[in-house]
Amino acid sequence: MTHPLSRPQIAWRAAQDIPDGAIVNLGIGMPLGIPNFIPEEREVILHSENGLLGMGPPAKEGEEDWELVNAGTMATTLLPGGSYFHHADSFAMIRGGHIDICALGAFQVAANGDLANWNLGDGVRTPTVGGAMDLAVGAKRVFVLTDHNARDGGPKIVEKCTLPLTGLACVDRIYTDLAIIEVTLAGLVVLEHIAELSFEELQDKTGAPLQQSADWKALEAPQLD
Amino acid sequence: MINKQVSNLTEALAGIADGMTIMAGGFGDAGSPNDLIHGLMERQLKGLTLIGNGVVAEDFGQGRIITAGCVDKYIASFPRGPGTTIFDAGTPTENIELEVVPQGTLAERIRAGGAGIPGFYTGTAFGTPLAEGKETREIDGREYVFERAIKADVALIMAKRADRWGNLEYVKSCRNFNPIMAMAAELTIVQVEEIAELGELDPERIATPGIFVDRVIKVEIPATLYGEP
Repeated sequence: MTHPLSRPQIAWRAAQDIPDGAIVNLGIGMPLGIPNFIPEEREVILHSENGLLGMGPPAKEGEEDWELVNAGTMATTLLPGGSYFHHADSFAMIRGGHIDICALGAFQVAANGDLANWNLGDGVRTPTVGGAMDLAVGAKRVFVLTDHNARDGGPKIVEKCTLPLTGLACVDRIYTDLAIIEVTLAGLVVLEHIAELSFEELQDKTGAPLQQSADWKALEAPQLD
Repeated sequence: MINKQVSNLTEALAGIADGMTIMAGGFGDAGSPNDLIHGLMERQLKGLTLIGNGVVAEDFGQGRIITAGCVDKYIASFPRGPGTTIFDAGTPTENIELEVVPQGTLAERIRAGGAGIPGFYTGTAFGTPLAEGKETREIDGREYVFERAIKADVALIMAKRADRWGNLEYVKSCRNFNPIMAMAAELTIVQVEEIAELGELDPERIATPGIFVDRVIKVEIPATLYGEP
């Protein structure tokens, strides 16, 4: 496995790092793939900011119950042990530091962990923040899942974000199609990258200085259909 | 005798006037008091301030009263839902004043309003454009933003069941903003599918006690975006 990871493979790789017993909130986009790949022996509780803990998989077609929706307002399910609560309690869970891991998408991540993921700043589309700023600040650990580079090839991991910020120094770890990067006080540390690229080539595709971890590994994921 | 049940939409919405601030519960279409909102839209009021999580469709629920021109200002966390273009430049709603608020801050501002707390400090949005112009303060080495409570003249609420005291029971993800908005308005109006006899609701399951509720109207088959509930 040397090619860049597909989007499901990025979700698979992040899922391997979610420990048994973790309470997890998933943002829209790539993070929503994570539950498909959590190893079966691990019990992970999904939180949905509209008032669900113990959320199950999306409702099957024809079995939708529109009184039971997820944060993307799509029909979902509740697992045995799950609970319902109102919005202030739901965000007390987030802002009070009770969520172990939050996985979000990103437009840009800075070397110090600043995150921009809510507003393209183009003045055309109405910005929608939702729960992103609460999650960025409140979750114990913030994972970002993103393509390493934007569609135009430019870096999404940068020295300083140019887009409007979601949160300051809030990202802990970045999962991309090319690498896994930990955000530390000493800067960005590459834990894994695909063997196809040299460290120097990875650095060329990144807009901020990288360091290679002493226990660096090749980034690998199984073939997924 | 206390009886908060009213018999029709006109009675339910009586007293709501131009320029008022209205909160509406719901997240997506779940728990959205669509019949109350649509009924209010027909009154053709002007200059309303609307507070809600966001619009899911231009011509339904909160979207319907906004596109009808009744709303001058919208306070929301996700104003433009996926698949809509509402408030975008070049649309008829582009000039409506928007206050975009992080969802947890919105919920807590409403809860604070209902609880008599004028404001609070939160770490959410510190250093972002949504904290611009707001007071900040360092507490125990962390930076926080001061956020003011929100109150409204009227809250439009959706619940599953009520009794004549106004006690409310919700189902599943339809709870969302409803219980906190019910606390934060001068006049709280609720649509429910069922009216229960006093004593029939399990006290352990009453999520909004009747103290927060002024009027209840039964709408047996509520208007929903996705068909029958």
